[in-house]
Amino acid sequence: MSDVAATGVGEPHHEELSFWRTYVFSTDHKTIAKQYLSLGLFWAIAGGLMTYLMRWQLAYPETEVPGWGFIAPDFYNMLVTMHGTIMVFFVAMPVLLASFGNFLIPLMIGARDMAFPRLNMLSFWVFASASLVLFSSFFVPGGAASAGWTGYPPLSAKAAYTGVNWGLNLWLLALALEFVSFLMGGINFLTTTINLRAPGMTFIRLPLIVWMQITAAVLFMLSVGPLIAGAVMLLMDRVVGTTFYLPEGGGQPLLWQHLFWFFGHPEVYVILLPGLGIVLEIMPVFSRKPIFGYRPIIYSTIAAGMLSFIVWAHHQFLSGMDPRLAMPFSITTIIISVPFALIVFAMIATLWRASISFSTPMLFAIGTLSIFIIGGLTGIFNGSAPVDIYIHDTYFVVAHFHFTLFSATFFAGFAGLYFWFPKMFGRMMNEILGKIHFWLTFVFFNAVFIPMHLVGLGGMMRRIANPMQYEFLQPLQPTNVFITVAAVLLIVGQIPFVVNFFWSLFRGRVAERNPWQANTLEWSTSSPPPHGNFETVPVVYRSPYEYSSPEVAKDWLPQDQPLEPSAVARQ
Amino acid sequence: MDNRAETLTATGIPTGKIGVWWFLASEITVFGGFIASYVVVRLGSSGWSEAASHLNFTLALINTFVLLTSSLTMVLAFAAVEERAPKRLRTFLCLTILMGLIFLGIKAFEYTGEIVKGFTPGAGIFWSFYYGMTGLHALHVLGGIVVNLVLLVAALRDTLRPNEHRVELAGLYWHFVDIVWIFLFPLLYLT
Repeated sequence: MSDVAATGVGEPHHEELSFWRTYVFSTDHKTIAKQYLSLGLFWAIAGGLMTYLMRWQLAYPETEVPGWGFIAPDFYNMLVTMHGTIMVFFVAMPVLLASFGNFLIPLMIGARDMAFPRLNMLSFWVFASASLVLFSSFFVPGGAASAGWTGYPPLSAKAAYTGVNWGLNLWLLALALEFVSFLMGGINFLTTTINLRAPGMTFIRLPLIVWMQITAAVLFMLSVGPLIAGAVMLLMDRVVGTTFYLPEGGGQPLLWQHLFWFFGHPEVYVILLPGLGIVLEIMPVFSRKPIFGYRPIIYSTIAAGMLSFIVWAHHQFLSGMDPRLAMPFSITTIIISVPFALIVFAMIATLWRASISFSTPMLFAIGTLSIFIIGGLTGIFNGSAPVDIYIHDTYFVVAHFHFTLFSATFFAGFAGLYFWFPKMFGRMMNEILGKIHFWLTFVFFNAVFIPMHLVGLGGMMRRIANPMQYEFLQPLQPTNVFITVAAVLLIVGQIPFVVNFFWSLFRGRVAERNPWQANTLEWSTSSPPPHGNFETVPVVYRSPYEYSSPEVAKDWLPQDQPLEPSAVARQ
Repeated sequence: MDNRAETLTATGIPTGKIGVWWFLASEITVFGGFIASYVVVRLGSSGWSEAASHLNFTLALINTFVLLTSSLTMVLAFAAVEERAPKRLRTFLCLTILMGLIFLGIKAFEYTGEIVKGFTPGAGIFWSFYYGMTGLHALHVLGGIVVNLVLLVAALRDTLRPNEHRVELAGLYWHFVDIVWIFLFPLLYLT
């Protein structure tokens, strides 16, 4: 059947678009995904290089950083603040949620584009302006925000307290724009998945990453509202002179912490779930086995999503809130590890007795799993109030959330990039460079963050510019030097990826439609897919993980491939 | 191409409507967060009723009636769409916009009176919440007026034709803004 015959609803159109409409103000979800990806990678480099300055200062305090100069304590505060802000809001969210979500949701559900393509374009450009605002905040008098990525008042509520006026106002503005952008994106994700699924694509046949993406979108949309209200209050405190968070005017500094973490904890899962989704897509493909426990994984995801709304105060055990709240929030926090444990066991069971091929995406997926397990286990330490009293605000916590969020953002992000790069750009990435990249990242990640637990247990507080000021921290200095060396090597270890990315973009082996012999719908169209995604809208016959099915000779069975009876019926 | 979103639907519900409902769900949490903060902070300290007694109750009552009536005209505008009565559609859209503007005018007059009496946003925690919540709500009213204006211009130019359902979507939002006020009015003025 030719394209011409397939008239009617949802036909791809082939009119030539101008340069601007094709690459800049594009409404094509695939282009928008690449735009988010490029901006996210730009910020990843910025946020990553900041760690070099921070780590140097911690290992060799008050010495000149090679290639930079001295780091004043104020500047160190700014680095800590902006590193957190950038990595969470400008790397993890655009790459994991916006980029992979935009690219994969329409392709995986068999849609031609998002439900609201122009809203999608608007989301990206609002995010781009958020990026611009955040970027410009580095260059205003007083420098960028330095009240921590959590922006606790009263420190953040008055310019006089940090010496940063415009930097923090712009920080709030950037976050507000970012939230607006992701709200619009979330509406698009949800509406698209609800309404634009191809014939036969029931909810229980959706690839798991789509489930994870829409759960993340719901979590984001329902948790960010109170923080938007809170940010309005903080901005009003700073600009209009209200006293929401200032005790001298009857306000409550603790109110911000509740509003921030009511968002902040679901936000952790907004980042984590798409990361786990990527791993869940990759593991069956390179295990040649169906995913273990498709439905329980979905139920766990939903359960974890609901629980994530009632755990937030575990960030505030030492904040001066009513101590009677500590026990209930400890309990909910420990309960939330149950659904995630189930997902982890499902991943391990998928690998069990499989003929695994250790390609680069699979290595990164297994890396995500192994690191996330450790991060999850230390989370149980942090979540129980009595233990948290000792380790609160130490490097133990820093190590914990890097084990969870670094694994989701970078290990899972890289896994997804190596896996879907052929679909995104039509070329394969280099396997040898990819494996070098994996081993460097894996080894040096652990070399950085395992010792960080010990430093934290030794009592080193996060966000301090100079540990040598404290006598009890001085014996930890050799460990700090070790961490810094490993951190520099971790940054250097990313060079193979950068080389591989750009080299493969132009010189990589041209990818076929389905280079990994995978089942989901995105592999049934060309690489990269045309505007409109599919020649004809696919019809879905089965669940997405039918590998090594006894019904067919080959070991994979695409979702849109009819089996014999219907093939007969078609003749 | 842009019609695709409206025509392809797996659930049978118009895509635009699903989008607006999700948007409203997130909006509920914005005001929900603000209102919950207000309630919690207010329960934890005293002196709020005294501050609230300086508000202009009469004007707020009039404003409540104005906004409620504008919801009625919005419904009538949508009814006009369903009955294919373009003239009535224009009239009721005009009335809705007008009442939105009256609401904002009265609100501005109220603000002026309070600021003249010295009750600025920095005058205390009650005033922080008062200006914060009513200000955010007023911005939403303004947003609704802009949306209705866009629809009115399209209706006047006769370009609304394939997209009349947008009146319903704008109505959903307008009623939401109205309902928020139904919460704010007793919380701020009657306690």
